[in-house]
Amino acid sequence: MTGVAELERRVEAGEDGLGDILEVSMGPHHPSTHGVFRMDVRLEGEKVVRLKPVFGYLHRNHEKIAEHGAYLAAIPYTDRLDYLNSMTNNWGYVLAVEKLAGIPVPERAEYIRVIVAELSRFQNHAGLVGFLLQDMGASGTPLMYAFREREKILDLFESLSGARMMCNYMRFGGLRVDCTPAWLEEVRQLVSGLPKFVDEFEALLRGNEILMARTQGVGVLPRELAINAGVTGPMLRASGVNYDIRKVDHYGVYDRFDFRVPLGDHGDVYDRYMMRILEMRESLKILQQAVRDIPGGPIIDPKTRLRGLRPKAGEAYGRIEAPKGELGFFLISDGSTIPCRYRVRPPSMINLTILEDMCLGHNIADVVVILGSVDIVLGEVDR
Amino acid sequence: MFGEGIIQGLVETARNFFGSYVDKDRLVTVQYPEERHQLPEATRQFPFLLYDGADPEAGLRCVSCQICEKECPPQCIHIEKSKDKKPDFVGKLQFYPAVFNIDVSTCMSCQICVEVCPFDAIRMDNQFELSTSNRFAGLLYTKPELAKSNEYYRKIHPTEAAECDERRAKEAEEAKAKAAAAAAASAAKAAQAAATSPAGAANGASGNGTASTPVEQPAGKKPVTQ
Amino acid sequence: MTALPTAEDLKAQIEAGVPGAQVTVIPNASPSAQHSLLLDHEHAPAVALFLRDHPDLRLDLCTLVTGVDWLDTETTEKIKVKKVVPGPVGAGIEQEVEETRKTKIPGYLEAVYHLFSMEKKHDPPAMPVVLRLRTANRIDQTHVPSLTPVWRSCEFQEREAFDLYGIVFDGHPDLRRILMWDGFEDYPMRKDYVPPADDSLASLPFASLQRASTKEAR
Repeated sequence: MTGVAELERRVEAGEDGLGDILEVSMGPHHPSTHGVFRMDVRLEGEKVVRLKPVFGYLHRNHEKIAEHGAYLAAIPYTDRLDYLNSMTNNWGYVLAVEKLAGIPVPERAEYIRVIVAELSRFQNHAGLVGFLLQDMGASGTPLMYAFREREKILDLFESLSGARMMCNYMRFGGLRVDCTPAWLEEVRQLVSGLPKFVDEFEALLRGNEILMARTQGVGVLPRELAINAGVTGPMLRASGVNYDIRKVDHYGVYDRFDFRVPLGDHGDVYDRYMMRILEMRESLKILQQAVRDIPGGPIIDPKTRLRGLRPKAGEAYGRIEAPKGELGFFLISDGSTIPCRYRVRPPSMINLTILEDMCLGHNIADVVVILGSVDIVLGEVDR
Repeated sequence: MFGEGIIQGLVETARNFFGSYVDKDRLVTVQYPEERHQLPEATRQFPFLLYDGADPEAGLRCVSCQICEKECPPQCIHIEKSKDKKPDFVGKLQFYPAVFNIDVSTCMSCQICVEVCPFDAIRMDNQFELSTSNRFAGLLYTKPELAKSNEYYRKIHPTEAAECDERRAKEAEEAKAKAAAAAAASAAKAAQAAATSPAGAANGASGNGTASTPVEQPAGKKPVTQ
Repeated sequence: MTALPTAEDLKAQIEAGVPGAQVTVIPNASPSAQHSLLLDHEHAPAVALFLRDHPDLRLDLCTLVTGVDWLDTETTEKIKVKKVVPGPVGAGIEQEVEETRKTKIPGYLEAVYHLFSMEKKHDPPAMPVVLRLRTANRIDQTHVPSLTPVWRSCEFQEREAFDLYGIVFDGHPDLRRILMWDGFEDYPMRKDYVPPADDSLASLPFASLQRASTKEAR
């Protein structure tokens, strides 16, 4: 409560103009903060003059836990980072281990990874847009429509991996279980139906005058600041920077698919909202191609040692384009079965760096909308 | 026209509302607990221990190798090894768990214990209605609560169980054949010894004796390193 | 898409571009082959600026900042030394004697920075450029210069390294604890961290039950 102490000090010092400045502690239990997240906001009237994000309420020292277990034992813990996208979290981690130990991945496994990652991206964006609109006061309706489609994707995850959210599906060198032809057929059917949902969803609010008034020109993130602050993912692309790790790093088999990277122009909340809708469409494009082209073959490299993996001493940084931005894992091995250093690069935490810059000068009601457009998950911010 | 976007949105809402009466894709929820979704076969909740036959104590497949205990990421499994041994499904003498506890309040349903088990002894259950009025001991599952029959396993994961049964039947058969071959070999050896040396006749008896007891065989399936 | 110079070439470029900078290449034996550059404290911000603004490099994305804790290590090696041993007749005889020498390598804390270029989008195999800064020891000289003035993205991550490892970043605009609470004193990610004994969790009824039911954590 440094803010309160500061205010008390100023009251005691008898400073003038105190009536105009109001300290508000938004959160940690505030419905708009998407979890236990707090913002120390200083207001002048209704205008934000200072905003400091405060987090750590969900801190469980994920990295320390991983540094106490085998390489395999960290996979289920990565599910719980960004708990909406356990599939992409798994992928980021296994990619780093594969780089560290030089493990090849069979082609079929790469295709299934792309399929589950893009399904994951779709449901994340659908959910985020629903939450964002909920924050703006579109109570329930868009969120429920988004969750209805998300439900269908989670059902697919469950029939594939056994769990809806904590999938624990990928392994270094491949995957845990293979998908059946029937499952692929279900994906094909779902993917053919989803464009209709996106159209409807867009029609629901795209032209809505209230939405435009609330989002256009709000929370503008300039291009240079976005780059310098390490903002990644849809947030960055909404500011007009063409940087998608799927295109830049050519990881997995993303090279083989024809898809485009949507870019924004203004970097405001409306652009970030549209960016998610456009990315959902691109994900569907990738999914259609991946389901069509998936080859047969093994799903895991037969020489991989899952239990008791001992990578050579050294280090590796592996990163993927997670739905929220660049998700990276940095591993240092000392030649034993336990990672010597395990570090997550959490995209949603780093995207929060510029929260203050985006909010300054806006009304307090806009802070909620701006935070909603950043797309944070506290499991990942606090780790 | 100002307000056009709002009207368009309301049209969508109306379409969804009336559509939910006719279109199954627009109404995916069910009235739980009266109605239930069919769970997919792969669904996993918490682990259980498998036993063959009718007696959960005698047929328990777990040989107390403690691999799952070591590999369990949240360390929720506790095993105490038995002092004596009992024969397993191929007739080999093995330890069994004197104590096998799983603290399901800590378990995170990751299935790593199932993956690392070389003896097909632990599998994932699909029961999810596990609320109990006892917050602590009620969530600590002991051996009697954990032991479930193979029939139950066949019911909840039919495909996986069929594969597992087939593999185990094959192993048992191989082990049987091996035991028979070894018995035959040692019998032949004894007979040969008896034929070649006159003094060997006395040894012959002991040779036959060995062959008639169940021969300890290395388990067909070696502990997998994965 | 252009290829990025190798670590050795980068070292030469930096040393030419920033007079006085001392750069050491730290090889990485793992298949990833992501070699890193160890910088000296004095020139680190200048080197960072150089890397960010160099027209061919343009490493504008500092994606990952992390602390690493390296404990004190002791190596024993047997070496043969020539010694003058007093001979039986009084005169010294030179003789080879085997001695065990113990070398204590003091531990240190390390801040590691991973750099990419959004503008140039260099080919992936050579990426990323890894910078390292080392503290003098783990106890009292735990200062390194902050690179937040160069890359804003370091702000929260340097705070995190300060919070969990105790690395003090000189020049950081707002160096406070970020994940742990304000009154917390230790650095939990250090290798020799011991959780406080009077853990309030231990007094809860399930703690004793858990201890009986599961083995003590490794």
